[in-house]
Amino acid sequence: MAEHTSEKVPTVVADRVDIVYRVNGTGAGRGSATAALNRILRRGQAEKAAGVRRVHAVKKVSFVAYKGEAIGLIGTNGSGKSTLLKAVAGLLPVESGHIYTDGQPSLLGVNAALMNDLTGERNVFLGGLAMGMSREQVKERYQDIVDFSGINEKGDFITLPMRTYSSGMAARLRFSIAAAKDHDVLLIDEALATGDRSFQRRSEERIRELRKRAGTVFLVSHNNKSIRDTCERVLWLERGELRMDGPTEEVMKEYEAFTGERKPAAAKA
Amino acid sequence: MSQVLHTPPPTRAPADGDLAALAARHGLSVSGARPSLPQYVRQLWARRHFISAFATAKLTAQYSQAKLGQVWQVMTPLLNAAVYYFIFGVLLGTKQNVADYVPFLVTGIFVWTFTQSSIMAGTRAISGNLGLVRALHFPRAALPISFALQQLQQLLFSMCALAVILLCFGVPVAASWLLAVPALVLQFTFNAGVSMVMARLGAKTPDIAQLMPFVLRTWMYVSGVMWSIDSIAKHDDLPRIVTVLLQINPAAVYIDLMRFALIDSFQAHQLPPHVWAAAVGWALLAGIGGFIYFWKAEETYGRG
Repeated sequence: MAEHTSEKVPTVVADRVDIVYRVNGTGAGRGSATAALNRILRRGQAEKAAGVRRVHAVKKVSFVAYKGEAIGLIGTNGSGKSTLLKAVAGLLPVESGHIYTDGQPSLLGVNAALMNDLTGERNVFLGGLAMGMSREQVKERYQDIVDFSGINEKGDFITLPMRTYSSGMAARLRFSIAAAKDHDVLLIDEALATGDRSFQRRSEERIRELRKRAGTVFLVSHNNKSIRDTCERVLWLERGELRMDGPTEEVMKEYEAFTGERKPAAAKA
Repeated sequence: MSQVLHTPPPTRAPADGDLAALAARHGLSVSGARPSLPQYVRQLWARRHFISAFATAKLTAQYSQAKLGQVWQVMTPLLNAAVYYFIFGVLLGTKQNVADYVPFLVTGIFVWTFTQSSIMAGTRAISGNLGLVRALHFPRAALPISFALQQLQQLLFSMCALAVILLCFGVPVAASWLLAVPALVLQFTFNAGVSMVMARLGAKTPDIAQLMPFVLRTWMYVSGVMWSIDSIAKHDDLPRIVTVLLQINPAAVYIDLMRFALIDSFQAHQLPPHVWAAAVGWALLAGIGGFIYFWKAEETYGRG
Protein backbone atom coordinates (compact mmCIF):
# COMPACT_ATOMS: atom_id res chain seq x y z
CA MET A 1 0.00 0.00 0.00
CA ALA A 2 2.63 2.46 -1.10
CA GLU A 3 0.34 5.01 -2.72
CA HIS A 4 -1.00 7.14 0.12
CA THR A 5 -3.35 9.07 -2.08
CA SER A 6 -5.33 11.77 -0.36
CA GLU A 7 -8.82 10.34 -1.12
CA LYS A 8 -8.14 7.16 0.86
CA VAL A 9 -9.33 7.45 4.43
CA PRO A 10 -7.39 5.43 7.02
CA THR A 11 -9.44 3.61 9.65
CA VAL A 12 -6.71 1.75 11.53
CA VAL A 13 -3.13 2.88 11.90
CA ALA A 14 -0.64 0.64 13.69
CA ASP A 15 2.60 2.44 14.45
CA ARG A 16 5.48 0.09 15.35
CA VAL A 17 3.41 -1.98 17.74
CA ASP A 18 5.03 -4.32 20.27
CA ILE A 19 2.95 -6.63 22.42
CA VAL A 20 4.41 -8.57 25.33
CA TYR A 21 2.58 -11.12 27.48
CA ARG A 22 3.66 -11.69 31.05
CA VAL A 23 2.96 -15.18 32.27
CA ASN A 24 2.79 -15.94 35.99
CA GLY A 25 3.91 -19.16 37.54
CA THR A 26 6.82 -20.21 35.39
CA GLY A 27 10.50 -20.60 36.08
CA ALA A 28 11.97 -21.50 39.44
CA GLY A 29 9.54 -22.81 42.05
CA ARG A 30 6.81 -22.90 39.46
CA GLY A 31 3.35 -22.37 40.86
CA SER A 32 4.45 -22.87 44.45
CA ALA A 33 3.10 -20.73 47.27
CA THR A 34 6.48 -19.13 47.92
CA ALA A 35 6.82 -18.16 44.27
CA ALA A 36 3.37 -16.60 44.35
CA LEU A 37 4.21 -14.71 47.54
CA ASN A 38 7.47 -13.58 46.04
CA ARG A 39 5.57 -12.29 43.01
CA ILE A 40 3.22 -10.26 45.17
CA LEU A 41 5.92 -8.83 47.40
CA ARG A 42 8.41 -8.00 44.68
CA ARG A 43 5.99 -6.77 42.05
CA GLY A 44 7.72 -4.85 39.27
CA GLN A 45 11.31 -5.45 40.30
CA ALA A 46 13.06 -8.67 39.42
CA GLU A 47 10.22 -10.14 37.39
CA LYS A 48 12.39 -12.98 36.23
CA ALA A 49 13.40 -13.98 39.74
CA ALA A 50 9.74 -14.05 40.73
CA GLY A 51 8.98 -16.53 37.97
CA VAL A 52 7.35 -14.21 35.44
CA ARG A 53 8.16 -14.96 31.82
CA ARG A 54 7.85 -12.46 29.04
CA VAL A 55 6.50 -13.61 25.70
CA HIS A 56 7.13 -11.16 22.90
CA ALA A 57 4.08 -11.91 20.76
CA VAL A 58 4.09 -9.04 18.25
CA LYS A 59 7.24 -7.22 17.17
CA LYS A 60 7.35 -3.76 15.57
CA VAL A 61 4.34 -4.17 13.33
CA SER A 62 3.23 -1.15 11.30
CA PHE A 63 0.40 -0.92 8.79
CA VAL A 64 -2.37 1.38 7.64
CA ALA A 65 -5.83 0.07 6.84
CA TYR A 66 -8.23 2.12 4.75
CA LYS A 67 -11.96 2.48 4.51
CA GLY A 68 -13.64 -0.22 2.43
CA GLU A 69 -10.76 -2.69 2.64
CA ALA A 70 -11.06 -6.31 3.66
CA ILE A 71 -7.74 -7.43 5.06
CA GLY A 72 -6.75 -11.01 5.71
CA LEU A 73 -4.31 -11.91 8.47
CA ILE A 74 -2.39 -15.11 7.86
CA GLY A 75 0.48 -16.96 9.48
CA THR A 76 1.21 -20.27 11.11
CA ASN A 77 -0.17 -21.08 14.57
CA GLY A 78 1.21 -18.86 17.31
CA SER A 79 2.42 -16.17 14.97
CA GLY A 80 0.54 -13.40 16.77
CA LYS A 81 -2.51 -12.92 14.54
CA SER A 82 -5.17 -13.08 17.24
CA THR A 83 -3.02 -11.05 19.61
CA LEU A 84 -2.73 -8.29 17.04
CA LEU A 85 -6.50 -8.29 16.50
CA LYS A 86 -7.16 -8.02 20.23
CA ALA A 87 -4.81 -5.06 20.44
CA VAL A 88 -6.56 -3.33 17.53
CA ALA A 89 -9.86 -3.91 19.36
CA GLY A 90 -8.37 -2.18 22.40
CA LEU A 91 -8.55 -5.30 24.55
CA LEU A 92 -4.81 -5.81 25.01
CA PRO A 93 -2.34 -3.12 26.02
CA VAL A 94 0.58 -2.47 23.69
CA GLU A 95 4.09 -2.53 25.14
CA SER A 96 5.32 0.23 22.85
CA GLY A 97 4.06 1.92 19.72
CA HIS A 98 0.48 3.07 19.12
CA ILE A 99 -2.69 1.85 17.51
CA TYR A 100 -5.03 4.54 16.23
CA THR A 101 -8.55 3.69 15.16
CA ASP A 102 -11.57 5.41 13.72
CA GLY A 103 -14.42 4.68 16.10
CA GLN A 104 -14.47 1.53 18.20
CA PRO A 105 -13.39 -1.66 16.43
CA SER A 106 -15.44 -4.72 17.38
CA LEU A 107 -13.79 -8.06 17.83
CA LEU A 108 -15.82 -11.03 16.76
CA GLY A 109 -14.42 -14.29 18.03
CA VAL A 110 -16.14 -17.63 17.92
CA ASN A 111 -15.20 -18.64 21.44
CA ALA A 112 -16.38 -15.50 23.19
CA ALA A 113 -19.55 -16.69 24.85
CA LEU A 114 -22.86 -15.04 25.42
CA MET A 115 -24.87 -16.05 28.49
CA ASN A 116 -25.48 -19.74 28.52
CA ASP A 117 -28.48 -19.83 30.84
CA LEU A 118 -30.47 -17.41 28.73
CA THR A 119 -32.46 -18.21 25.63
CA GLY A 120 -31.10 -17.32 22.22
CA GLU A 121 -33.85 -14.73 21.96
CA ARG A 122 -32.74 -12.95 25.14
CA ASN A 123 -29.13 -13.10 23.98
CA VAL A 124 -30.02 -11.41 20.72
CA PHE A 125 -31.62 -8.55 22.67
CA LEU A 126 -28.80 -8.30 25.19
CA GLY A 127 -26.11 -8.45 22.54
CA GLY A 128 -27.82 -5.76 20.48
CA LEU A 129 -28.33 -3.49 23.48
CA ALA A 130 -24.75 -4.05 24.64
CA MET A 131 -23.47 -2.98 21.22
CA GLY A 132 -25.36 0.26 21.67
CA MET A 133 -28.44 -0.36 19.57
CA SER A 134 -31.72 1.03 20.86
CA ARG A 135 -34.58 -1.26 21.85
CA GLU A 136 -36.48 -0.31 18.70
CA GLN A 137 -33.50 -1.07 16.48
CA VAL A 138 -33.08 -4.50 18.04
CA LYS A 139 -36.77 -5.28 17.64
CA GLU A 140 -36.60 -4.13 14.03
CA ARG A 141 -33.64 -6.35 13.19
CA TYR A 142 -34.51 -9.27 15.45
CA GLN A 143 -36.08 -11.36 12.70
CA ASP A 144 -33.19 -10.69 10.34
CA ILE A 145 -30.68 -11.78 12.95
CA VAL A 146 -32.52 -15.02 13.68
CA ASP A 147 -33.08 -15.78 10.00
CA PHE A 148 -29.46 -15.05 9.19
CA SER A 149 -28.14 -17.29 11.94
CA GLY A 150 -30.32 -20.12 10.67
CA ILE A 151 -30.89 -21.25 14.28
CA ASN A 152 -34.56 -21.87 13.61
CA GLU A 153 -34.02 -23.94 10.48
CA LYS A 154 -34.28 -27.17 12.46
CA GLY A 155 -37.11 -26.22 14.79
CA ASP A 156 -37.76 -23.54 17.38
CA PHE A 157 -34.30 -23.36 18.96
CA ILE A 158 -34.16 -19.61 19.54
CA THR A 159 -36.40 -19.92 22.61
CA LEU A 160 -34.11 -22.54 24.20
CA PRO A 161 -31.24 -21.63 26.52
CA MET A 162 -27.88 -21.18 24.79
CA ARG A 163 -26.38 -24.04 26.83
CA THR A 164 -28.43 -26.45 24.74
CA TYR A 165 -26.86 -25.23 21.47
CA SER A 166 -24.10 -27.01 19.65
CA SER A 167 -20.85 -25.04 19.43
CA GLY A 168 -21.48 -24.36 15.77
CA MET A 169 -24.97 -22.98 16.44
CA ALA A 170 -23.69 -20.70 19.21
CA ALA A 171 -20.91 -19.39 16.99
CA ARG A 172 -23.41 -18.69 14.21
CA LEU A 173 -25.70 -16.78 16.54
CA ARG A 174 -22.77 -14.72 17.85
CA PHE A 175 -21.68 -13.82 14.36
CA SER A 176 -25.23 -12.90 13.38
CA ILE A 177 -25.65 -10.61 16.38
CA ALA A 178 -22.36 -8.81 15.83
CA ALA A 179 -22.89 -8.52 12.10
CA ALA A 180 -26.33 -6.97 12.60
CA LYS A 181 -24.78 -3.65 13.48
CA ASP A 182 -22.78 -1.57 11.03
CA HIS A 183 -19.30 -1.44 12.47
CA ASP A 184 -16.66 1.05 11.47
CA VAL A 185 -14.08 -1.66 11.91
CA LEU A 186 -15.01 -5.31 12.22
CA LEU A 187 -12.42 -7.84 13.37
CA ILE A 188 -13.24 -11.46 12.69
CA ASP A 189 -11.26 -14.27 14.27
CA GLU A 190 -11.75 -17.57 12.41
CA ALA A 191 -15.53 -17.04 12.38
CA LEU A 192 -15.88 -18.40 8.89
CA ALA A 193 -14.19 -21.66 9.78
CA THR A 194 -17.19 -22.67 11.89
CA GLY A 195 -20.65 -23.33 10.69
CA ASP A 196 -21.62 -25.41 7.72
CA ARG A 197 -20.96 -24.54 4.10
CA SER A 198 -24.24 -22.68 3.56
CA PHE A 199 -23.63 -20.50 6.62
CA GLN A 200 -20.08 -19.78 5.46
CA ARG A 201 -21.47 -18.58 2.13
CA ARG A 202 -23.97 -16.34 3.88
CA SER A 203 -21.33 -14.82 6.14
CA GLU A 204 -19.01 -14.12 3.23
CA GLU A 205 -21.87 -12.28 1.58
CA ARG A 206 -22.55 -10.34 4.77
CA ILE A 207 -18.91 -9.32 5.05
CA ARG A 208 -19.03 -7.98 1.50
CA GLU A 209 -22.15 -6.01 2.47
CA LEU A 210 -20.48 -4.59 5.56
CA ARG A 211 -17.57 -3.48 3.43
CA LYS A 212 -19.83 -1.73 0.99
CA ARG A 213 -21.08 0.38 3.87
CA ALA A 214 -17.58 1.80 4.08
CA GLY A 215 -16.29 -0.17 7.05
CA THR A 216 -13.02 -2.04 7.26
CA VAL A 217 -12.92 -5.78 7.88
CA PHE A 218 -10.02 -7.78 9.31
CA LEU A 219 -10.23 -11.53 8.94
CA VAL A 220 -8.02 -14.08 10.68
CA SER A 221 -8.30 -17.49 9.10
CA HIS A 222 -6.36 -20.61 8.28
CA ASN A 223 -8.72 -21.26 5.42
CA ASN A 224 -6.84 -19.94 2.39
CA LYS A 225 -9.96 -20.15 0.29
CA SER A 226 -12.07 -17.92 2.50
CA ILE A 227 -9.19 -15.41 2.64
CA ARG A 228 -9.05 -15.40 -1.17
CA ASP A 229 -12.84 -15.10 -1.44
CA THR A 230 -13.24 -12.17 0.95
CA CYS A 231 -10.01 -10.20 1.10
CA GLU A 232 -8.08 -8.22 -1.47
CA ARG A 233 -5.17 -7.42 0.83
CA VAL A 234 -3.28 -9.73 3.15
CA LEU A 235 -0.91 -9.20 6.08
CA TRP A 236 1.36 -12.15 6.73
CA LEU A 237 2.65 -12.45 10.29
CA GLU A 238 5.37 -14.90 11.22
CA ARG A 239 6.82 -15.14 14.75
CA GLY A 240 5.28 -11.80 15.59
CA GLU A 241 6.89 -10.00 12.67
CA LEU A 242 5.09 -8.56 9.68
CA ARG A 243 6.58 -10.61 6.88
CA MET A 244 4.56 -9.39 3.94
CA ASP A 245 1.83 -6.87 3.24
CA GLY A 246 0.28 -6.73 -0.20
CA PRO A 247 -2.42 -7.86 -2.63
CA THR A 248 -3.96 -11.22 -1.74
CA GLU A 249 -2.63 -13.30 -4.64
CA GLU A 250 0.92 -12.08 -4.27
CA VAL A 251 1.12 -12.78 -0.55
CA MET A 252 -0.82 -16.05 -0.70
CA LYS A 253 1.57 -17.42 -3.32
CA GLU A 254 4.54 -16.71 -1.07
CA TYR A 255 2.73 -18.05 1.98
CA GLU A 256 1.74 -21.28 0.28
CA ALA A 257 5.29 -21.74 -0.91
CA PHE A 258 6.46 -21.16 2.66
CA THR A 259 4.07 -23.62 4.26
CA GLY A 260 4.54 -26.04 1.35
CA GLU A 261 8.29 -25.99 1.89
CA ARG A 262 7.87 -27.17 5.41
CA LYS A 263 5.95 -30.30 4.52
CA PRO A 264 8.80 -32.33 2.96
CA ALA A 265 11.10 -31.14 5.75
CA ALA A 266 8.65 -32.37 8.39
CA ALA A 267 8.18 -35.65 6.54
CA LYS A 268 11.93 -36.29 6.53
CA ALA A 269 12.29 -35.68 10.26
CA MET B 1 12.23 -24.02 14.48
CA SER B 2 13.28 -24.11 10.84
CA GLN B 3 10.79 -21.38 10.06
CA VAL B 4 13.20 -18.52 9.50
CA LEU B 5 14.28 -19.61 6.09
CA HIS B 6 14.83 -16.18 4.71
CA THR B 7 14.58 -12.87 6.49
CA PRO B 8 11.36 -11.00 5.87
CA PRO B 9 11.53 -8.53 3.02
CA PRO B 10 11.99 -5.10 4.54
CA THR B 11 8.53 -3.58 4.73
CA ARG B 12 8.39 0.01 3.64
CA ALA B 13 9.15 1.32 7.10
CA PRO B 14 7.67 4.79 7.31
CA ALA B 15 9.58 7.59 8.98
CA ASP B 16 9.05 8.01 12.69
CA GLY B 17 6.39 10.70 12.96
CA ASP B 18 4.69 9.66 9.73
CA LEU B 19 2.00 7.29 10.96
CA ALA B 20 1.17 9.30 14.05
CA ALA B 21 0.76 12.39 11.84
CA LEU B 22 -1.44 10.46 9.41
CA ALA B 23 -3.63 9.29 12.27
CA ALA B 24 -3.87 12.78 13.70
CA ARG B 25 -4.75 14.27 10.30
CA HIS B 26 -7.76 11.97 9.96
CA GLY B 27 -8.88 12.33 13.56
CA LEU B 28 -8.20 8.74 14.62
CA SER B 29 -8.08 8.05 18.35
CA VAL B 30 -5.91 5.66 20.33
CA SER B 31 -7.61 2.27 20.53
CA GLY B 32 -8.87 1.22 23.94
CA ALA B 33 -8.19 4.55 25.63
CA ARG B 34 -10.29 5.47 28.65
CA PRO B 35 -13.03 8.04 27.94
CA SER B 36 -13.26 11.17 30.07
CA LEU B 37 -15.57 11.03 33.08
CA PRO B 38 -18.47 13.06 31.55
CA GLN B 39 -18.15 11.03 28.34
CA TYR B 40 -18.23 7.85 30.38
CA VAL B 41 -21.38 8.92 32.18
CA ARG B 42 -23.01 9.71 28.83
CA GLN B 43 -22.02 6.30 27.41
CA LEU B 44 -23.38 4.62 30.50
CA TRP B 45 -26.65 6.51 30.25
CA ALA B 46 -26.96 5.45 26.62
CA ARG B 47 -26.77 1.81 27.77
CA ARG B 48 -29.44 2.11 30.46
CA HIS B 49 -31.74 -0.26 28.57
CA PHE B 50 -28.92 -2.79 28.44
CA ILE B 51 -28.41 -2.45 32.20
CA SER B 52 -32.04 -3.13 33.04
CA ALA B 53 -32.46 -5.87 30.41
CA PHE B 54 -29.32 -7.59 31.67
CA ALA B 55 -30.52 -7.46 35.27
CA THR B 56 -33.94 -8.88 34.43
CA ALA B 57 -32.43 -11.56 32.21
CA LYS B 58 -30.03 -12.63 34.97
CA LEU B 59 -32.84 -12.75 37.49
CA THR B 60 -35.01 -15.01 35.39
CA ALA B 61 -32.07 -17.17 34.31
CA GLN B 62 -31.20 -17.82 37.96
CA TYR B 63 -33.88 -20.42 38.50
CA SER B 64 -34.27 -21.52 34.88
CA GLN B 65 -32.96 -25.01 35.71
CA ALA B 66 -35.23 -25.49 38.76
CA LYS B 67 -38.51 -27.33 38.44
CA LEU B 68 -40.42 -24.83 40.56
CA GLY B 69 -38.89 -21.98 38.55
CA GLN B 70 -39.68 -18.47 39.68
CA VAL B 71 -41.39 -19.66 42.88
CA TRP B 72 -37.86 -19.78 44.34
CA GLN B 73 -37.67 -15.99 44.11
CA VAL B 74 -39.97 -15.88 47.14
CA MET B 75 -39.15 -19.29 48.64
CA THR B 76 -35.42 -18.66 49.08
CA PRO B 77 -35.74 -15.57 51.32
CA LEU B 78 -38.55 -17.21 53.31
CA LEU B 79 -36.46 -20.32 53.99
CA ASN B 80 -33.53 -18.11 54.96
CA ALA B 81 -35.71 -16.28 57.46
CA ALA B 82 -36.98 -19.58 58.86
CA VAL B 83 -33.45 -20.88 59.47
CA TYR B 84 -32.32 -17.71 61.23
CA TYR B 85 -35.51 -17.65 63.31
CA PHE B 86 -34.89 -21.23 64.42
CA ILE B 87 -31.27 -20.55 65.45
CA PHE B 88 -31.47 -17.08 66.94
CA GLY B 89 -35.10 -16.94 68.01
CA VAL B 90 -35.66 -20.46 69.33
CA LEU B 91 -32.26 -21.98 70.16
CA LEU B 92 -30.37 -18.93 71.39
CA GLY B 93 -33.38 -17.01 72.60
CA THR B 94 -32.25 -13.59 71.41
CA LYS B 95 -35.88 -12.54 71.08
CA GLN B 96 -36.38 -11.73 74.75
CA ASN B 97 -34.86 -8.25 74.28
CA VAL B 98 -36.82 -7.26 71.21
CA ALA B 99 -40.49 -6.56 70.61
CA ASP B 100 -41.91 -8.12 67.41
CA TYR B 101 -38.82 -10.29 67.03
CA VAL B 102 -39.88 -12.14 63.88
CA PRO B 103 -40.62 -9.01 61.81
CA PHE B 104 -37.44 -7.46 63.28
CA LEU B 105 -35.33 -10.46 62.24
CA VAL B 106 -36.86 -11.01 58.81
CA THR B 107 -36.57 -7.34 57.83
CA GLY B 108 -32.94 -7.37 58.92
CA ILE B 109 -32.15 -10.51 56.93
CA PHE B 110 -33.79 -9.32 53.73
CA VAL B 111 -32.16 -5.90 53.80
CA TRP B 112 -28.78 -7.40 54.68
CA THR B 113 -29.08 -10.01 51.91
CA PHE B 114 -29.55 -7.18 49.42
CA THR B 115 -26.21 -5.63 50.37
CA GLN B 116 -24.43 -8.96 50.71
CA SER B 117 -25.50 -10.38 47.34
CA SER B 118 -24.83 -7.10 45.55
CA ILE B 119 -21.27 -7.08 46.83
CA MET B 120 -20.71 -10.77 46.09
CA ALA B 121 -22.10 -10.37 42.57
CA GLY B 122 -20.06 -7.20 42.12
CA THR B 123 -16.84 -9.01 43.00
CA ARG B 124 -17.43 -11.39 40.10
CA ALA B 125 -19.01 -8.83 37.79
CA ILE B 126 -15.95 -8.50 35.56
CA SER B 127 -14.01 -11.68 36.28
CA GLY B 128 -17.13 -13.84 35.81
CA ASN B 129 -18.20 -12.20 32.56
CA LEU B 130 -14.94 -12.06 30.64
CA GLY B 131 -16.62 -13.54 27.58
CA LEU B 132 -19.00 -10.62 27.38
CA VAL B 133 -16.31 -8.08 28.25
CA ARG B 134 -13.91 -9.36 25.61
CA ALA B 135 -16.51 -9.68 22.90
CA LEU B 136 -18.52 -6.47 23.11
CA HIS B 137 -17.73 -2.86 23.79
CA PHE B 138 -19.78 -1.11 26.42
CA PRO B 139 -18.93 0.90 29.52
CA ARG B 140 -17.91 -1.81 31.97
CA ALA B 141 -19.63 -0.08 34.89
CA ALA B 142 -22.85 -1.36 33.32
CA LEU B 143 -22.03 -4.81 34.73
CA PRO B 144 -21.71 -4.12 38.49
CA ILE B 145 -24.61 -1.66 38.35
CA SER B 146 -26.70 -4.21 36.55
CA PHE B 147 -25.90 -6.85 39.18
CA ALA B 148 -26.91 -4.46 41.95
CA LEU B 149 -30.14 -3.79 40.06
CA GLN B 150 -30.78 -7.51 39.79
CA GLN B 151 -30.45 -7.79 43.57
CA LEU B 152 -32.83 -4.86 44.00
CA GLN B 153 -35.41 -6.67 41.89
CA GLN B 154 -34.81 -9.76 43.98
CA LEU B 155 -35.37 -7.70 47.12
CA LEU B 156 -38.68 -6.41 45.78
CA PHE B 157 -39.84 -10.02 45.55
CA SER B 158 -38.68 -10.56 49.12
CA MET B 159 -40.51 -7.42 50.23
CA CYS B 160 -43.79 -8.91 49.01
CA ALA B 161 -43.11 -11.95 51.21
CA LEU B 162 -42.11 -9.59 54.01
CA ALA B 163 -45.40 -7.66 53.78
CA VAL B 164 -47.30 -10.91 54.24
CA ILE B 165 -45.15 -11.89 57.24
CA LEU B 166 -45.62 -8.45 58.83
CA LEU B 167 -49.39 -8.63 58.47
CA CYS B 168 -49.44 -12.19 59.87
CA PHE B 169 -47.57 -11.00 62.97
CA GLY B 170 -49.98 -8.16 63.51
CA VAL B 171 -47.87 -5.24 62.35
CA PRO B 172 -50.31 -2.62 61.01
CA VAL B 173 -50.00 -0.99 57.59
CA ALA B 174 -48.88 2.59 58.15
CA ALA B 175 -47.96 5.69 56.18
CA SER B 176 -44.38 5.20 57.38
CA TRP B 177 -44.07 2.23 55.01
CA LEU B 178 -43.51 4.85 52.31
CA LEU B 179 -40.17 5.67 53.96
CA ALA B 180 -38.96 2.32 52.64
CA VAL B 181 -38.67 3.87 49.17
CA PRO B 182 -36.02 6.53 49.94
CA ALA B 183 -34.24 4.04 52.21
CA LEU B 184 -34.04 1.54 49.35
CA VAL B 185 -32.85 4.16 46.87
CA LEU B 186 -30.04 5.15 49.23
CA GLN B 187 -29.12 1.55 49.95
CA PHE B 188 -29.10 0.72 46.24
CA THR B 189 -26.70 3.60 45.57
CA PHE B 190 -24.46 2.42 48.38
CA ASN B 191 -24.52 -1.18 47.15
CA ALA B 192 -23.82 -0.23 43.55
CA GLY B 193 -20.86 1.88 44.67
CA VAL B 194 -19.31 -0.87 46.78
CA SER B 195 -19.98 -3.36 43.96
CA MET B 196 -17.95 -1.19 41.58
CA VAL B 197 -15.04 -1.03 44.00
CA MET B 198 -15.17 -4.81 44.46
CA ALA B 199 -15.54 -5.35 40.70
CA ARG B 200 -12.27 -3.53 40.07
CA LEU B 201 -10.48 -5.40 42.86
CA GLY B 202 -11.96 -8.71 41.74
CA ALA B 203 -10.97 -8.10 38.11
CA LYS B 204 -7.34 -7.57 39.10
CA THR B 205 -7.19 -10.23 41.83
CA PRO B 206 -9.84 -12.94 41.40
CA ASP B 207 -8.69 -14.46 44.72
CA ILE B 208 -10.79 -11.84 46.51
CA ALA B 209 -13.95 -13.71 45.58
CA GLN B 210 -12.73 -16.56 47.81
CA LEU B 211 -12.19 -14.19 50.71
CA MET B 212 -15.42 -12.22 50.50
CA PRO B 213 -17.80 -14.73 52.10
CA PHE B 214 -15.79 -14.56 55.34
CA VAL B 215 -15.59 -10.78 55.32
CA LEU B 216 -19.31 -10.53 54.61
CA ARG B 217 -20.27 -13.01 57.33
CA THR B 218 -18.26 -11.06 59.90
CA TRP B 219 -19.88 -7.88 58.70
CA MET B 220 -23.32 -9.45 59.06
CA TYR B 221 -22.73 -10.47 62.67
CA VAL B 222 -21.70 -6.93 63.70
CA SER B 223 -24.54 -5.28 61.78
CA GLY B 224 -27.34 -6.16 64.18
CA VAL B 225 -29.22 -8.38 61.75
CA MET B 226 -30.41 -10.75 64.51
CA TRP B 227 -29.86 -8.60 67.60
CA SER B 228 -30.63 -5.01 68.48
CA ILE B 229 -27.67 -2.61 68.39
CA ASP B 230 -29.79 -0.15 70.33
CA SER B 231 -30.21 -2.40 73.37
CA ILE B 232 -26.51 -3.36 73.36
CA ALA B 233 -25.51 0.28 73.17
CA LYS B 234 -27.74 1.14 76.13
CA HIS B 235 -27.22 -1.72 78.56
CA ASP B 236 -23.68 -2.92 78.10
CA ASP B 237 -20.76 -0.83 79.24
CA LEU B 238 -19.00 -0.87 75.88
CA PRO B 239 -16.32 1.69 75.08
CA ARG B 240 -17.87 4.71 73.37
CA ILE B 241 -15.87 4.16 70.16
CA VAL B 242 -17.29 0.65 69.70
CA THR B 243 -20.84 1.94 70.09
CA VAL B 244 -20.24 4.68 67.53
CA LEU B 245 -18.67 2.24 65.09
CA LEU B 246 -21.60 -0.16 65.47
CA GLN B 247 -24.06 2.65 64.85
CA ILE B 248 -22.28 4.28 61.92
CA ASN B 249 -21.91 0.93 60.11
CA PRO B 250 -23.73 1.48 56.78
CA ALA B 251 -25.39 -1.94 56.84
CA ALA B 252 -26.79 -1.23 60.31
CA VAL B 253 -27.98 2.19 59.19
CA TYR B 254 -29.97 0.82 56.24
CA ILE B 255 -31.33 -2.13 58.21
CA ASP B 256 -32.57 0.06 61.05
CA LEU B 257 -34.09 2.57 58.64
CA MET B 258 -36.11 -0.18 57.04
CA ARG B 259 -37.23 -1.49 60.43
CA PHE B 260 -38.23 2.00 61.46
CA ALA B 261 -40.25 2.37 58.26
CA LEU B 262 -42.04 -0.96 58.45
CA ILE B 263 -42.42 -2.00 62.11
CA ASP B 264 -44.58 0.15 64.38
CA SER B 265 -42.95 -1.02 67.62
CA PHE B 266 -39.52 -0.01 66.33
CA GLN B 267 -39.41 3.60 67.53
CA ALA B 268 -37.34 6.56 66.38
CA HIS B 269 -35.27 6.53 69.60
CA GLN B 270 -33.97 3.08 68.67
CA LEU B 271 -32.39 4.46 65.49
CA PRO B 272 -28.69 5.36 65.48
CA PRO B 273 -28.16 9.14 65.87
CA HIS B 274 -28.27 11.24 62.64
CA VAL B 275 -29.47 8.20 60.77
CA TRP B 276 -30.70 9.89 57.58
CA ALA B 277 -27.54 11.96 57.31
CA ALA B 278 -25.48 8.78 57.69
CA ALA B 279 -27.62 6.99 55.08
CA VAL B 280 -27.22 9.81 52.54
CA GLY B 281 -23.54 10.23 53.36
CA TRP B 282 -22.69 6.56 52.87
CA ALA B 283 -24.71 6.45 49.62
CA LEU B 284 -22.93 9.48 48.16
CA LEU B 285 -19.49 8.40 49.35
CA ALA B 286 -19.80 4.85 48.03
CA GLY B 287 -21.77 5.78 44.91
CA ILE B 288 -19.57 8.58 43.61
CA GLY B 289 -16.29 7.26 45.02
CA GLY B 290 -16.93 3.75 43.74
CA PHE B 291 -17.89 5.00 40.29
CA ILE B 292 -14.75 7.10 39.92
CA TYR B 293 -12.57 4.31 41.29
CA PHE B 294 -14.07 1.86 38.80
CA TRP B 295 -13.76 4.27 35.88
CA LYS B 296 -10.05 4.84 36.58
CA ALA B 297 -9.26 1.30 35.44
CA GLU B 298 -11.84 1.12 32.63
CA GLU B 299 -9.32 0.35 29.88
CA THR B 300 -7.79 -2.58 31.76
CA TYR B 301 -10.89 -4.75 32.23
CA GLY B 302 -10.93 -7.98 30.28
CA ARG B 303 -7.23 -7.96 29.49
CA GLY B 304 -4.47 -10.40 30.15
